[in-house]
Amino acid sequence: MKRVQVYVTLRESVVDPQGTAAKEALHNKGFNNVSNVRIGKLIELEIDEAKGDLDAQVKEMCEQLLVNRVIEDYRFVVEEA
Amino acid sequence: MKLAVVTFPGTSCEVEMHRAVTKIAGGEAEIVWHKGADLSSYDGVIIPHGASYGDYLRPGALATTTAVADQIVEMANEGKLVVGVGNGFQILVELGLLPGAFLQNPSLRFESGRANVRVAQDQTIFSKGYAAGDVITLPYATQFGTYYNEEEVPADQIVWTYEDNVWNSTQSIAGMTNAKGNVFGTMLLPERAVEEVLAGTDGLPLFESILGSEQ
Repeated sequence: MKRVQVYVTLRESVVDPQGTAAKEALHNKGFNNVSNVRIGKLIELEIDEAKGDLDAQVKEMCEQLLVNRVIEDYRFVVEEA
Repeated sequence: MKLAVVTFPGTSCEVEMHRAVTKIAGGEAEIVWHKGADLSSYDGVIIPHGASYGDYLRPGALATTTAVADQIVEMANEGKLVVGVGNGFQILVELGLLPGAFLQNPSLRFESGRANVRVAQDQTIFSKGYAAGDVITLPYATQFGTYYNEEEVPADQIVWTYEDNVWNSTQSIAGMTNAKGNVFGTMLLPERAVEEVLAGTDGLPLFESILGSEQ
């Protein structure tokens, strides 16, 4: 069984109002040295048995459903269970 | 012309869509649940507003994995009319039937109200009831209303634009078609503007235009 962590982030060119709001909130709390905040999502997958090349499979899952390539980038890490 | 109004779990605005098409505009339409749906007997399909699959993962994303979604893509490829309103527009871009994607409103809040919308051009099947340059008023209700496209949408695919682009949508696009002109998506809710007693009738010409089109 493999655990995969998929990190999904907004593409650089996409405006991130959530990140901006969080940055301003951090400044309000005194953390003025934070120059930029971008908020993405973490998708955790537990894959029972690889049907062939696990990396290729995870990539397919991302490209077909988990990630919207128009506005999001992704990378993933495969961990030993 | 018989239209299918397809519903998913979380779809909420199919009744007023069906009513606008049938009772108000005098057309023929049926509300069709996505599971087991057979769209082959319909001339066109409308994907109504709501929050299909709870907007989980991304608004419209999960609806693309259904069997009916494959049929909708096939209908689009066959040149039949495909209309997506609100969440329906989000489903159309997730399906790739229209280019671009949707982002959260800059306010990060669900917003509803009425928008002044300019008719950019009146040459499409969907806009024959309007005159280019008209400014109409249509309702909206969404949390993910910002239309985003890195590539420029050709002018002949832009049908409606926001007079006040508070959501920072690319090219102020409020309603658009695909290159072939048979797929239409809008973030406005024209089905809610078909009676004077409600939000006015600026949405009615869209339905009359669709029903009056030769297919």
